Amino acid sequence: MVELSVLQERFGSGITEHVFRDNRRVDVPAAVLFDVLSGLKTDFGFSVLIDLTAVDWLEYEGATDRFTVVYLLLNMDSGERLTVQTALNLPNPTLTSVYSLWKAADWMEREVFDMFGITFTGHPDLRRILMPEEFDAFPLRKDYPLKGRGERHNFPVITRSGS
Amino acid sequence: MAVGLPENIFITKLDAAANWARSNSLWPMPFATACCGIELMATAASRHDLARFGAEVMRFSPRQCDLLIVAGRVVMKMLPVLQRIWLQMPEPKWCISMGACACSGGVFDTYAVVQGVDRFIPVDMYVPGCPPRPEQLLAAVIEMQAKVRRTGTVMGREFAIRDTPVGPTPFDMDERYRIQDANLVQLGGFSAAATGTALKGPANHG
Ligand code: SF4
Repeated sequence: MVELSVLQERFGSGITEHVFRDNRRVDVPAAVLFDVLSGLKTDFGFSVLIDLTAVDWLEYEGATDRFTVVYLLLNMDSGERLTVQTALNLPNPTLTSVYSLWKAADWMEREVFDMFGITFTGHPDLRRILMPEEFDAFPLRKDYPLKGRGERHNFPVITRSGS
Repeated sequence: MAVGLPENIFITKLDAAANWARSNSLWPMPFATACCGIELMATAASRHDLARFGAEVMRFSPRQCDLLIVAGRVVMKMLPVLQRIWLQMPEPKWCISMGACACSGGVFDTYAVVQGVDRFIPVDMYVPGCPPRPEQLLAAVIEMQAKVRRTGTVMGREFAIRDTPVGPTPFDMDERYRIQDANLVQLGGFSAAATGTALKGPANHG
């Protein structure tokens, strides 16, 4: 298991951890996130990026930061799993892309960008992946209404005589 | 016979002859985007056997089809594709909207799902259900044949008069309310003060 003290010693004391049920999460400041992740990959054997996603905490009781970006890592040799989190805020939530560490990050970062508007610098092709190119909102942000802002009905109508 | 017709010749109207041919050889274009598509496949498979009604020739090229079956929800990224397929189909053509989703958006009242394809393409027949049973789709196909026989003309005159959209207008009153609410919400930013008090989600107008 990766001890917190080992991480703190190497990457600074800004790193903390908390446990929810049997789930251990390591909280990393955004500034050192890339160093921590690349260290975890090269020196601690976390060879697989299982998932990369984000959470919007708008209106959540007691939340201090707007977004959390979550990285789920897996060590294929020991079977150890690790959750790494980092907090981000508006305006301009930006992180360094981990595409250079794990190719799996390609589409996951595009999805987080598409849904939350978090940009990943260094990503080779940061386009929307789910929504159409011309869509201009980030639908999983909590201040985006569930039923949208009318984008779903902004199309030409084809009548029978006109087709 | 009085007019002296030779054997094996009978007299009919051109429209009736065309309708007879068209209605008994509908070529469906299966636009199956979700779970309804499975039921569409079941309808075509041996147990329910769409071939009994002459509509078994599913073609995946719209150029060869005359009956568009929209089976499943259509999202805003897919709608231009659907419209293009509809426009690519040669005349005469008809459209069946199959299932709650294609007819009205079903339970998926979200930002990405079109609330009924009839808002954007003309629909001839709606099939309710989630998913409709194959029998229901068969009933719709039979009904479609009846409609072709009843209204069809050889030059397609019955299409030319349908110049208004069949569905509700895209931006109905609810939609306008929501857009209004959305614009209010857009003004708020995230700050500690706004958390939980000042900034509330859009009011629900239904
Ligand atoms: S109507 Fe029901 S079965 Fe058909 S696509 Fe929608 S959810 Fe699926």
